[in-house]
Amino acid sequence: MAATSIFARALKRSPWVFHVGTSGCNNCDIEIADCLTPRFDVERFGVRLVGSPRHADVLLVSGPVSLACRRPLQEAWLEMPRPRAALLVGVCACSMGGYRDAYGVAGPADKVIREVDPDAKFIYVPGCPPKPETIVAGLVRLLGEM
Amino acid sequence: MDRLGEWLLFYLVFPGAIFTVALGLAMSWLDRKVSALVQWRRGPSPSQPFWDVVKLLGKEVVVPEPSWAAGFLAFPFVAFAAATLAATLTWHAALGLPGGAVGDLVVVVYLLSIPSLAVILGGAASGNPLGAVGSSRDMKLVLGYELPLMIALLVAVFQRRTVDGQEVSAGTLSLAGLVGFQDAAGAVLHRPSGVLALLVALVCCLAKLGWVPFDQAEADTEIAEGALIEYSGAPLALFKLTQAVLLAALPVLLVTVFWGGVEATAAGIAAFAAKVALVLVLLVLAKNTNPRVRIDQALRFFWGPVTGLAVVALGLARMGL
Repeated sequence: MAATSIFARALKRSPWVFHVGTSGCNNCDIEIADCLTPRFDVERFGVRLVGSPRHADVLLVSGPVSLACRRPLQEAWLEMPRPRAALLVGVCACSMGGYRDAYGVAGPADKVIREVDPDAKFIYVPGCPPKPETIVAGLVRLLGEM
Repeated sequence: MDRLGEWLLFYLVFPGAIFTVALGLAMSWLDRKVSALVQWRRGPSPSQPFWDVVKLLGKEVVVPEPSWAAGFLAFPFVAFAAATLAATLTWHAALGLPGGAVGDLVVVVYLLSIPSLAVILGGAASGNPLGAVGSSRDMKLVLGYELPLMIALLVAVFQRRTVDGQEVSAGTLSLAGLVGFQDAAGAVLHRPSGVLALLVALVCCLAKLGWVPFDQAEADTEIAEGALIEYSGAPLALFKLTQAVLLAALPVLLVTVFWGGVEATAAGIAAFAAKVALVLVLLVLAKNTNPRVRIDQALRFFWGPVTGLAVVALGLARMGL
Protein backbone atom coordinates (compact mmCIF):
# COMPACT_ATOMS: atom_id res chain seq x y z
CA MET A 1 0.00 0.00 0.00
CA ALA A 2 2.81 2.37 0.93
CA ALA A 3 4.60 1.53 -2.31
CA THR A 4 1.48 2.19 -4.36
CA SER A 5 0.97 5.54 -2.72
CA ILE A 6 4.53 6.75 -3.33
CA PHE A 7 4.21 5.83 -7.03
CA ALA A 8 0.84 7.61 -7.17
CA ARG A 9 2.40 10.67 -5.57
CA ALA A 10 5.31 10.56 -8.00
CA LEU A 11 2.90 10.35 -10.92
CA LYS A 12 1.27 13.59 -9.82
CA ARG A 13 4.64 15.27 -9.42
CA SER A 14 5.98 14.31 -12.84
CA PRO A 15 3.42 13.92 -15.62
CA TRP A 16 5.15 13.52 -18.96
CA VAL A 17 3.01 14.51 -21.91
CA PHE A 18 2.99 13.19 -25.47
CA HIS A 19 1.21 15.49 -27.89
CA VAL A 20 -0.80 14.11 -30.81
CA GLY A 21 -2.23 16.61 -33.29
CA THR A 22 -5.11 14.86 -35.05
CA SER A 23 -5.52 17.24 -37.99
CA GLY A 24 -6.55 20.30 -35.99
CA CYS A 25 -6.21 23.87 -37.23
CA ASN A 26 -3.01 24.51 -35.18
CA ASN A 27 -4.76 27.05 -32.96
CA CYS A 28 -4.80 24.76 -29.91
CA ASP A 29 -1.20 23.71 -30.59
CA ILE A 30 -0.11 27.33 -30.26
CA GLU A 31 -1.89 27.62 -26.90
CA ILE A 32 -0.30 24.34 -25.76
CA ALA A 33 3.13 25.71 -26.62
CA ASP A 34 2.21 28.78 -24.54
CA CYS A 35 1.98 26.58 -21.44
CA LEU A 36 5.74 25.95 -21.70
CA THR A 37 6.68 29.64 -21.97
CA PRO A 38 8.01 31.73 -19.05
CA ARG A 39 4.55 33.12 -18.26
CA PHE A 40 2.97 29.75 -17.45
CA ASP A 41 6.02 27.45 -17.22
CA VAL A 42 4.34 24.09 -16.54
CA GLU A 43 7.78 22.55 -15.92
CA ARG A 44 7.33 23.98 -12.40
CA PHE A 45 4.89 21.09 -11.84
CA GLY A 46 7.21 18.56 -13.47
CA VAL A 47 5.37 18.53 -16.80
CA ARG A 48 7.58 17.66 -19.74
CA LEU A 49 6.80 17.15 -23.41
CA VAL A 50 8.38 13.85 -24.45
CA GLY A 51 9.14 12.54 -27.92
CA SER A 52 7.89 8.98 -27.59
CA PRO A 53 4.51 7.67 -26.28
CA ARG A 54 6.47 4.98 -24.38
CA HIS A 55 7.80 7.68 -22.05
CA ALA A 56 4.46 9.43 -21.56
CA ASP A 57 1.84 9.40 -18.81
CA VAL A 58 -0.62 11.76 -20.47
CA LEU A 59 -1.73 11.74 -24.10
CA LEU A 60 -2.59 15.26 -25.17
CA VAL A 61 -4.94 15.33 -28.17
CA SER A 62 -5.88 18.40 -30.17
CA GLY A 63 -8.09 18.61 -33.24
CA PRO A 64 -10.98 16.56 -34.68
CA VAL A 65 -9.85 13.00 -35.44
CA SER A 66 -9.80 12.65 -39.21
CA LEU A 67 -10.20 9.23 -40.82
CA ALA A 68 -6.48 9.18 -41.63
CA CYS A 69 -5.52 9.93 -37.99
CA ARG A 70 -7.79 7.30 -36.41
CA ARG A 71 -5.33 4.38 -36.40
CA PRO A 72 -2.25 6.45 -35.44
CA LEU A 73 -4.13 7.95 -32.48
CA GLN A 74 -5.27 4.50 -31.30
CA GLU A 75 -1.75 3.12 -31.69
CA ALA A 76 -0.22 6.01 -29.77
CA TRP A 77 -2.68 5.31 -26.95
CA LEU A 78 -1.94 1.57 -26.90
CA GLU A 79 1.83 2.22 -26.88
CA MET A 80 1.65 4.21 -23.64
CA PRO A 81 2.56 2.25 -20.51
CA ARG A 82 -0.04 2.12 -17.75
CA PRO A 83 -1.16 4.13 -15.75
CA ARG A 84 -2.20 6.51 -18.51
CA ALA A 85 -4.80 9.17 -19.24
CA ALA A 86 -5.79 11.49 -22.06
CA LEU A 87 -6.22 15.25 -22.03
CA LEU A 88 -8.46 16.42 -24.86
CA VAL A 89 -7.66 20.04 -25.65
CA GLY A 90 -10.07 22.18 -27.64
CA VAL A 91 -13.68 21.76 -28.60
CA CYS A 92 -12.81 19.68 -31.70
CA ALA A 93 -11.07 16.97 -29.69
CA CYS A 94 -13.83 17.02 -27.05
CA SER A 95 -16.92 16.96 -29.23
CA MET A 96 -15.96 17.75 -32.84
CA GLY A 97 -17.09 21.40 -32.71
CA GLY A 98 -17.65 22.69 -36.22
CA TYR A 99 -16.65 19.37 -37.74
CA ARG A 100 -19.66 17.54 -36.28
CA ASP A 101 -21.29 15.41 -39.02
CA ALA A 102 -18.53 16.30 -41.49
CA TYR A 103 -17.66 13.57 -44.01
CA GLY A 104 -13.92 13.17 -43.38
CA VAL A 105 -13.84 12.64 -39.63
CA ALA A 106 -13.87 9.49 -37.50
CA GLY A 107 -15.42 11.04 -34.39
CA PRO A 108 -14.26 12.85 -31.26
CA ALA A 109 -11.01 11.60 -29.73
CA ASP A 110 -12.66 9.95 -26.71
CA LYS A 111 -14.87 7.80 -28.95
CA VAL A 112 -11.91 6.81 -31.14
CA ILE A 113 -9.75 5.83 -28.15
CA ARG A 114 -12.62 3.94 -26.46
CA GLU A 115 -12.83 1.74 -29.56
CA VAL A 116 -9.54 0.13 -28.47
CA ASP A 117 -9.63 0.75 -24.70
CA PRO A 118 -13.09 1.12 -23.11
CA ASP A 119 -11.58 1.97 -19.70
CA ALA A 120 -9.56 4.97 -20.87
CA LYS A 121 -9.65 8.07 -18.66
CA PHE A 122 -10.34 11.48 -20.19
CA ILE A 123 -10.34 15.10 -19.15
CA TYR A 124 -12.03 17.56 -21.48
CA VAL A 125 -10.66 21.08 -21.93
CA PRO A 126 -13.17 22.90 -24.14
CA GLY A 127 -12.52 26.19 -25.90
CA CYS A 128 -11.63 27.37 -29.38
CA PRO A 129 -8.81 27.57 -28.49
CA PRO A 130 -8.75 27.07 -24.70
CA LYS A 131 -6.64 29.56 -22.76
CA PRO A 132 -3.35 28.26 -21.35
CA GLU A 133 -4.86 28.75 -17.85
CA THR A 134 -7.68 26.38 -18.80
CA ILE A 135 -5.24 23.78 -20.11
CA VAL A 136 -3.22 23.97 -16.88
CA ALA A 137 -6.43 23.70 -14.84
CA GLY A 138 -7.45 20.63 -16.86
CA LEU A 139 -4.05 19.05 -16.30
CA VAL A 140 -4.31 19.67 -12.56
CA ARG A 141 -7.74 18.01 -12.47
CA LEU A 142 -6.43 15.08 -14.48
CA LEU A 143 -3.57 14.56 -12.00
CA GLY A 144 -6.06 14.70 -9.12
CA GLU A 145 -8.03 11.84 -10.66
CA MET A 146 -5.11 9.63 -11.79
CA MET B 1 37.81 -10.74 2.31
CA ASP B 2 38.19 -7.45 4.20
CA ARG B 3 39.18 -5.69 1.02
CA LEU B 4 36.13 -7.11 -0.74
CA GLY B 5 33.83 -5.70 1.95
CA GLU B 6 35.59 -2.36 1.77
CA TRP B 7 35.23 -2.20 -2.02
CA LEU B 8 31.58 -3.24 -1.90
CA LEU B 9 31.03 -0.38 0.53
CA PHE B 10 32.88 1.99 -1.82
CA TYR B 11 30.91 0.75 -4.83
CA LEU B 12 27.43 0.56 -3.33
CA VAL B 13 27.29 3.36 -0.76
CA PHE B 14 30.05 5.95 -0.73
CA PRO B 15 31.34 7.23 -3.12
CA GLY B 16 29.55 4.76 -5.42
CA ALA B 17 25.92 4.04 -6.21
CA ILE B 18 23.91 5.74 -3.47
CA PHE B 19 26.08 8.84 -3.09
CA THR B 20 26.63 9.32 -6.83
CA VAL B 21 22.96 8.83 -7.68
CA ALA B 22 21.93 11.38 -5.04
CA LEU B 23 24.57 13.81 -6.28
CA GLY B 24 23.66 13.14 -9.92
CA LEU B 25 19.98 13.82 -9.29
CA ALA B 26 20.95 17.10 -7.61
CA MET B 27 23.15 17.90 -10.63
CA SER B 28 20.34 17.17 -13.08
CA TRP B 29 18.13 19.52 -11.08
CA LEU B 30 20.87 22.15 -11.39
CA ASP B 31 20.91 21.51 -15.14
CA ARG B 32 17.14 22.00 -15.48
CA LYS B 33 17.09 24.98 -13.12
CA VAL B 34 19.89 26.81 -14.95
CA SER B 35 18.25 26.01 -18.30
CA ALA B 36 14.98 27.46 -16.96
CA LEU B 37 16.71 30.60 -15.69
CA VAL B 38 18.37 31.11 -19.09
CA GLN B 39 14.86 31.09 -20.61
CA TRP B 40 13.45 33.38 -17.87
CA ARG B 41 11.39 30.56 -16.37
CA ARG B 42 11.07 29.42 -12.76
CA GLY B 43 12.02 25.79 -13.43
CA PRO B 44 11.23 22.64 -11.46
CA SER B 45 11.61 22.13 -7.71
CA PRO B 46 14.80 20.46 -6.36
CA SER B 47 12.97 17.16 -5.79
CA GLN B 48 11.83 16.93 -9.44
CA PRO B 49 14.47 14.47 -10.77
CA PHE B 50 13.79 12.19 -7.79
CA TRP B 51 10.04 12.11 -8.49
CA ASP B 52 10.69 11.49 -12.20
CA VAL B 53 12.72 8.39 -11.40
CA VAL B 54 10.24 7.09 -8.77
CA LYS B 55 7.39 7.58 -11.23
CA LEU B 56 9.22 5.67 -13.98
CA LEU B 57 9.92 2.82 -11.52
CA GLY B 58 6.16 2.55 -10.87
CA LYS B 59 5.15 2.44 -14.54
CA GLU B 60 4.38 -0.60 -16.65
CA VAL B 61 7.39 -2.07 -18.50
CA VAL B 62 6.53 -2.61 -22.15
CA VAL B 63 8.73 -5.02 -24.10
CA PRO B 64 8.04 -4.56 -27.82
CA GLU B 65 7.29 -7.72 -29.81
CA PRO B 66 10.07 -7.48 -32.43
CA SER B 67 12.75 -6.80 -29.80
CA TRP B 68 15.43 -9.09 -28.36
CA ALA B 69 13.85 -9.03 -24.90
CA ALA B 70 16.83 -10.28 -22.82
CA GLY B 71 19.24 -7.73 -24.28
CA PHE B 72 16.63 -4.98 -24.30
CA LEU B 73 16.15 -5.40 -20.54
CA ALA B 74 19.81 -6.16 -19.63
CA PHE B 75 21.56 -3.20 -21.29
CA PRO B 76 20.16 -0.53 -18.90
CA PHE B 77 21.72 -2.47 -16.00
CA VAL B 78 25.06 -2.69 -17.83
CA ALA B 79 24.98 1.06 -18.46
CA PHE B 80 24.18 1.88 -14.85
CA ALA B 81 26.75 -0.52 -13.37
CA ALA B 82 29.57 0.75 -15.60
CA ALA B 83 28.79 4.43 -15.02
CA THR B 84 28.66 3.84 -11.26
CA LEU B 85 32.00 1.99 -11.32
CA ALA B 86 33.61 4.83 -13.27
CA ALA B 87 32.21 7.35 -10.79
CA THR B 88 33.49 5.26 -7.86
CA LEU B 89 37.03 5.09 -9.28
CA THR B 90 37.07 8.82 -10.00
CA TRP B 91 35.83 9.76 -6.55
CA HIS B 92 38.23 7.26 -4.97
CA ALA B 93 41.17 9.11 -6.50
CA ALA B 94 39.73 12.60 -6.00
CA LEU B 95 39.13 12.01 -2.30
CA GLY B 96 42.33 10.01 -1.77
CA LEU B 97 40.40 7.17 -0.09
CA PRO B 98 42.29 4.21 1.40
CA GLY B 99 42.85 1.05 -0.64
CA GLY B 100 45.79 2.23 -2.69
CA ALA B 101 45.89 3.64 -6.19
CA VAL B 102 43.41 1.60 -8.19
CA GLY B 103 42.13 2.19 -11.66
CA ASP B 104 43.86 4.52 -14.03
CA LEU B 105 42.67 7.07 -16.55
CA VAL B 106 42.32 4.52 -19.35
CA VAL B 107 40.08 2.28 -17.22
CA VAL B 108 37.82 5.22 -16.32
CA VAL B 109 37.57 6.42 -19.93
CA TYR B 110 36.82 2.85 -20.99
CA LEU B 111 34.11 2.46 -18.33
CA LEU B 112 32.62 5.81 -19.27
CA SER B 113 32.15 4.64 -22.86
CA ILE B 114 30.19 1.53 -21.80
CA PRO B 115 26.95 3.49 -21.08
CA SER B 116 27.06 4.80 -24.66
CA LEU B 117 27.60 1.25 -25.95
CA ALA B 118 24.70 0.03 -23.82
CA VAL B 119 22.43 2.72 -25.26
CA ILE B 120 23.56 1.76 -28.78
CA LEU B 121 22.91 -1.96 -28.17
CA GLY B 122 19.63 -1.26 -26.35
CA GLY B 123 18.40 0.86 -29.24
CA ALA B 124 19.40 -1.84 -31.71
CA ALA B 125 17.74 -4.55 -29.58
CA SER B 126 14.46 -2.64 -29.41
CA GLY B 127 13.64 -3.56 -33.00
CA ASN B 128 12.44 -0.04 -33.76
CA PRO B 129 13.74 1.61 -36.96
CA LEU B 130 14.08 5.00 -35.25
CA GLY B 131 15.94 3.26 -32.41
CA ALA B 132 18.34 1.84 -35.01
CA VAL B 133 18.88 5.31 -36.49
CA GLY B 134 19.58 6.67 -33.01
CA SER B 135 22.02 3.81 -32.34
CA SER B 136 23.93 4.38 -35.56
CA ARG B 137 24.20 8.12 -34.85
CA ASP B 138 25.39 7.45 -31.31
CA MET B 139 28.00 5.06 -32.67
CA LYS B 140 29.37 7.74 -35.03
CA LEU B 141 29.40 10.23 -32.18
CA VAL B 142 31.40 7.85 -29.95
CA LEU B 143 33.92 7.39 -32.77
CA GLY B 144 34.13 11.16 -33.02
CA TYR B 145 34.69 12.25 -29.44
CA GLU B 146 36.71 9.42 -27.87
CA LEU B 147 39.95 10.34 -29.66
CA PRO B 148 40.10 14.06 -28.74
CA LEU B 149 38.91 13.28 -25.20
CA MET B 150 41.76 10.82 -24.66
CA ILE B 151 44.36 13.21 -26.14
CA ALA B 152 43.05 16.04 -23.93
CA LEU B 153 43.29 13.86 -20.83
CA LEU B 154 46.85 12.87 -21.79
CA VAL B 155 47.83 16.54 -21.53
CA ALA B 156 47.60 16.13 -17.75
CA VAL B 157 49.92 13.12 -17.96
CA PHE B 158 52.60 14.68 -20.16
CA GLN B 159 52.55 18.35 -19.10
CA ARG B 160 56.10 19.49 -18.18
CA ARG B 161 56.40 21.54 -15.01
CA THR B 162 59.31 23.04 -13.14
CA VAL B 163 59.45 22.01 -9.48
CA ASP B 164 62.45 23.18 -7.40
CA GLY B 165 64.40 23.96 -10.58
CA GLN B 166 63.78 20.49 -12.05
CA GLU B 167 61.72 19.63 -15.12
CA VAL B 168 59.12 17.01 -14.20
CA SER B 169 55.87 15.65 -15.57
CA ALA B 170 53.27 13.41 -13.97
CA GLY B 171 54.18 10.55 -16.31
CA THR B 172 51.58 8.26 -14.80
CA LEU B 173 48.15 7.16 -15.95
CA SER B 174 46.96 6.53 -12.40
CA LEU B 175 44.32 9.00 -11.27
CA ALA B 176 45.71 9.08 -7.73
CA GLY B 177 49.17 9.77 -9.23
CA LEU B 178 47.79 12.71 -11.21
CA VAL B 179 46.15 14.11 -8.07
CA GLY B 180 49.40 13.71 -6.14
CA PHE B 181 51.45 15.36 -8.91
CA GLN B 182 49.11 18.36 -8.98
CA ASP B 183 49.37 18.67 -5.21
CA ALA B 184 53.13 19.02 -5.61
CA ALA B 185 53.45 21.01 -8.85
CA GLY B 186 50.17 22.95 -9.07
CA ALA B 187 47.06 22.33 -11.15
CA VAL B 188 47.35 21.39 -14.83
CA LEU B 189 44.86 24.18 -15.53
CA HIS B 190 47.36 26.84 -14.43
CA ARG B 191 49.09 26.53 -17.81
CA PRO B 192 47.72 27.46 -21.28
CA SER B 193 47.92 23.84 -22.43
CA GLY B 194 45.73 22.81 -19.49
CA VAL B 195 43.10 25.43 -20.38
CA LEU B 196 43.02 24.25 -24.01
CA ALA B 197 42.77 20.61 -22.93
CA LEU B 198 39.91 21.37 -20.54
CA LEU B 199 38.09 23.19 -23.35
CA VAL B 200 38.42 20.14 -25.61
CA ALA B 201 37.32 17.82 -22.81
CA LEU B 202 34.26 20.02 -22.11
CA VAL B 203 33.15 19.77 -25.74
CA CYS B 204 33.63 15.99 -25.63
CA CYS B 205 31.60 15.82 -22.41
CA LEU B 206 28.70 17.61 -24.11
CA ALA B 207 28.69 14.80 -26.67
CA LYS B 208 29.10 12.11 -24.01
CA LEU B 209 26.07 13.44 -22.13
CA GLY B 210 24.11 13.59 -25.39
CA TRP B 211 23.41 17.26 -24.94
CA VAL B 212 22.69 19.89 -27.59
CA PRO B 213 24.56 20.57 -29.94
CA PHE B 214 25.48 16.88 -29.96
CA ASP B 215 22.12 15.24 -29.18
CA GLN B 216 21.69 13.75 -32.65
CA ALA B 217 21.29 10.29 -31.09
CA GLU B 218 18.23 11.38 -29.09
CA ALA B 219 16.92 14.21 -31.28
CA ASP B 220 13.35 14.08 -29.98
CA THR B 221 12.04 16.36 -32.73
CA GLU B 222 13.18 14.13 -35.61
CA ILE B 223 13.72 10.56 -34.38
CA ALA B 224 11.66 10.66 -31.16
CA GLU B 225 14.40 10.04 -28.53
CA GLY B 226 16.27 7.69 -30.87
CA ALA B 227 17.74 4.67 -29.11
CA LEU B 228 15.53 5.16 -26.03
CA ILE B 229 12.32 5.31 -28.07
CA GLU B 230 10.90 1.92 -26.98
CA TYR B 231 12.02 2.08 -23.35
CA SER B 232 9.41 2.58 -20.64
CA GLY B 233 9.13 2.15 -16.88
CA ALA B 234 12.04 0.75 -14.87
CA PRO B 235 14.58 0.28 -17.75
CA LEU B 236 14.01 3.90 -18.78
CA ALA B 237 14.46 4.92 -15.14
CA LEU B 238 17.82 3.10 -15.14
CA PHE B 239 18.93 4.99 -18.25
CA LYS B 240 17.85 8.25 -16.59
CA LEU B 241 19.84 7.27 -13.49
CA THR B 242 22.84 6.43 -15.69
CA GLN B 243 22.57 9.90 -17.18
CA ALA B 244 22.46 11.35 -13.65
CA VAL B 245 25.54 9.33 -12.63
CA LEU B 246 27.42 10.55 -15.72
CA LEU B 247 26.39 14.07 -14.81
CA ALA B 248 28.06 13.54 -11.46
CA ALA B 249 31.07 11.61 -12.80
CA LEU B 250 32.18 13.65 -15.83
CA PRO B 251 32.61 17.10 -14.19
CA VAL B 252 34.32 15.40 -11.25
CA LEU B 253 36.69 13.57 -13.61
CA LEU B 254 37.56 16.80 -15.44
CA VAL B 255 38.13 18.73 -12.22
CA THR B 256 40.22 15.88 -10.76
CA VAL B 257 42.43 15.54 -13.83
CA PHE B 258 42.87 19.24 -14.65
CA TRP B 259 42.28 21.06 -11.37
CA GLY B 260 43.41 18.72 -8.58
CA GLY B 261 41.65 16.55 -6.02
CA VAL B 262 39.79 17.32 -2.83
CA GLU B 263 41.69 18.68 0.15
CA ALA B 264 40.45 17.19 3.40
CA THR B 265 39.37 20.51 4.90
CA ALA B 266 36.02 22.30 4.85
CA ALA B 267 37.48 24.97 2.55
CA GLY B 268 38.97 22.29 0.27
CA ILE B 269 35.66 20.46 -0.05
CA ALA B 270 33.80 23.72 -0.72
CA ALA B 271 36.38 24.71 -3.35
CA PHE B 272 36.06 21.32 -5.08
CA ALA B 273 32.25 21.55 -5.05
CA ALA B 274 32.44 25.06 -6.52
CA LYS B 275 34.79 23.86 -9.29
CA VAL B 276 32.50 20.94 -10.18
CA ALA B 277 29.45 23.24 -10.19
CA LEU B 278 31.31 25.72 -12.41
CA VAL B 279 32.18 23.01 -14.94
CA LEU B 280 28.56 21.82 -14.93
CA VAL B 281 27.16 25.33 -15.40
CA LEU B 282 29.56 25.89 -18.33
CA LEU B 283 28.22 22.69 -19.94
CA VAL B 284 24.60 23.73 -19.31
CA LEU B 285 25.17 27.19 -20.80
CA ALA B 286 26.80 25.66 -23.89
CA LYS B 287 23.80 23.35 -24.20
CA ASN B 288 21.32 26.23 -23.96
CA THR B 289 22.99 28.55 -26.44
CA ASN B 290 23.56 26.16 -29.34
CA PRO B 291 21.35 24.50 -31.96
CA ARG B 292 21.69 20.82 -32.85
CA VAL B 293 24.14 20.17 -35.68
CA ARG B 294 23.85 17.37 -38.23
CA ILE B 295 25.67 14.13 -37.44
CA ASP B 296 28.15 14.57 -40.32
CA GLN B 297 28.89 18.13 -39.15
CA ALA B 298 29.45 16.83 -35.62
CA LEU B 299 31.84 14.12 -36.82
CA ARG B 300 33.78 16.58 -38.99
CA PHE B 301 33.92 19.00 -36.05
CA PHE B 302 35.35 16.37 -33.68
CA TRP B 303 37.88 14.89 -36.09
CA GLY B 304 38.89 18.34 -37.38
CA PRO B 305 39.12 21.37 -35.07
CA VAL B 306 38.61 19.53 -31.76
CA THR B 307 41.25 16.87 -32.37
CA GLY B 308 43.55 19.55 -33.81
CA LEU B 309 43.15 21.68 -30.69
CA ALA B 310 43.82 18.64 -28.48
CA VAL B 311 47.05 17.89 -30.38
CA VAL B 312 48.11 21.54 -30.08
CA ALA B 313 47.44 21.39 -26.33
CA LEU B 314 49.55 18.22 -26.07
CA GLY B 315 52.41 19.90 -27.98
CA LEU B 316 52.27 22.98 -25.74
CA ALA B 317 52.26 20.72 -22.68
CA ARG B 318 55.48 19.01 -23.85
CA MET B 319 57.07 22.44 -24.35
CA GLY B 320 56.30 23.29 -20.74
CA LEU B 321 53.59 25.81 -21.48
